Amino acid sequence: MQALTRTMSTLTPKMPEPAKPAVFPLVIGTLKKWLLALQEYSILLADTAMKALSPPIYGGDILEQMDLIGVGSLPIILLTGFFIGGVMVLNTAAQFQRFGSASVTGTVVAIGLVRELGPVIAGLLVTGRNGSAIASELGSMVVTEQVDAMRALGTDPVRKLVVPRVLAMLIVLPLLTAVADLVGLFGGFMVSYFQLAQTASQFWNTAIQALVLSDIFQGMIKPLVFALIISTIGCFYGLRTRGGTQGVGRSTISAVVVASISVIMLDFFLGKLLLYYFVTS
Amino acid sequence: MRKFTAPAANEIIPGEPLIHFENVSIAFEGVPVLNNISFTVDGGQTKVIIGESGSGKTVLLKLAAGLLRPDSGRVIIMGHNLGEMNEVELLDFRRRIGFVFQEGALFDSLDVADNVSFRLREERKPPRECEARVREALRFVEMEPAYHKFPAELSGGMRRRVSIARALIDQPPIVYYDSPTAGLDPVTSQTIITLILRLRDLSGATSLLATHRLQDAFGLANFIFEPDADRVLPVWEDADGRHFAPTSVLVIREGKIYFEGETQELLKSEDAYLRQFLE
Repeated sequence: MQALTRTMSTLTPKMPEPAKPAVFPLVIGTLKKWLLALQEYSILLADTAMKALSPPIYGGDILEQMDLIGVGSLPIILLTGFFIGGVMVLNTAAQFQRFGSASVTGTVVAIGLVRELGPVIAGLLVTGRNGSAIASELGSMVVTEQVDAMRALGTDPVRKLVVPRVLAMLIVLPLLTAVADLVGLFGGFMVSYFQLAQTASQFWNTAIQALVLSDIFQGMIKPLVFALIISTIGCFYGLRTRGGTQGVGRSTISAVVVASISVIMLDFFLGKLLLYYFVTS
Repeated sequence: MRKFTAPAANEIIPGEPLIHFENVSIAFEGVPVLNNISFTVDGGQTKVIIGESGSGKTVLLKLAAGLLRPDSGRVIIMGHNLGEMNEVELLDFRRRIGFVFQEGALFDSLDVADNVSFRLREERKPPRECEARVREALRFVEMEPAYHKFPAELSGGMRRRVSIARALIDQPPIVYYDSPTAGLDPVTSQTIITLILRLRDLSGATSLLATHRLQDAFGLANFIFEPDADRVLPVWEDADGRHFAPTSVLVIREGKIYFEGETQELLKSEDAYLRQFLE
């Protein structure tokens, strides 16, 4: 009987183990990769903060980056800001006219620009122009061993490459945002003057009176946060570039995509937080 | 923080171990690259590390410069265990060594003068001193006319020479060369090897030189620069005995030491793998 049972057991085909879904390890793997990247990014952020507050600081490199980011981005900020302001007036005025209150157009444009659109537009433009440039420049330096050469020469790449870019961005982006706000308002004024036949005093009075100090404050805190995000994400993806020129391309795309999404998401959360703070205080 | 103290090249006592690898292993993403590597290089010696592409030569040099940390084992340079140093101490250590990278790794946004004087400017040396020392280093590598040129304007061989000038600007006691002749024509390769040879025999610098060309090892082992005659001469034997070039060879195969010894022994070897390099 025992022999029969043994024979049976050898003859009975084993049921194959149920195949594990392939999606699960993929999700876990991707999550792990994200978490690791987040950890590395946090380390870079902390390292940058520590080195930005202690000597040596490369003043010349900061000025060079301010020129590259600030002066270099000025033409696109001027152009885009002007047309964004104009198109805002075009769209809002049409709605307000239906209710006979076209005179408040300036109010809406001023608040919308200073609180939201100015910082976001400046942030996104600088991401596209300089976030990408930072990632590709540092990425090229990594793949051609220039970053290793810098370390071999006894210079800390975070101090020499990351800190100047972050500090320059922190100084310049709020200024670019202020310029975007101003030319945006001017663009809005031009449309309301020539198309809606509003007088200059009508537009500027309503626009300026609508703004309170907290709006300016909100409009200036956002670019500071965006500057930190854009520059550190650009540096982070640039410095972790692997795999030659293709790798540089991949890093640049990742930097622009992640920084753009972060700017838009943070705009929402910061907007909510700052509104809550200023309404309750 | 411990300040790294290194002797000047002319203070090195010949015969004292300056570079010491002790059972060093390293892997990347689970793939072993170097496995249990141990060797010593004495002061004033040049060790030529020969291996195929991907055999771990560059990784070995980066470990010796503290640019990478081993998974296990010890890397001791000038008596200092690099594994026990933090990044700030390592930066200080690297200021005392020279490193010539494979493609030169010159900073492409800086001209030749700024590239060569990079370390001096970091140390806030006066501009006049920087210029004098840069010109001296460029004169040594015969690149003074390229003083104001940018790396993009230079050929591959010129870039390597500028990179050598950048590495020797502070007359370091140790110099690492990562495939300095890779991708160069035979004549330019010979020029680079002659430069390395002159540097070895003039300054007494201890070197590690990674290459896949056995000719580089033979060039360094069979010739000596005679400062008095200002000429490169073949090694010779006279009444005083044989005049050796202080050069030995280390062959790496798949991350392990396959051969270690003099070039003459390598030449006589019947091993099929080593014969591949000879043929």
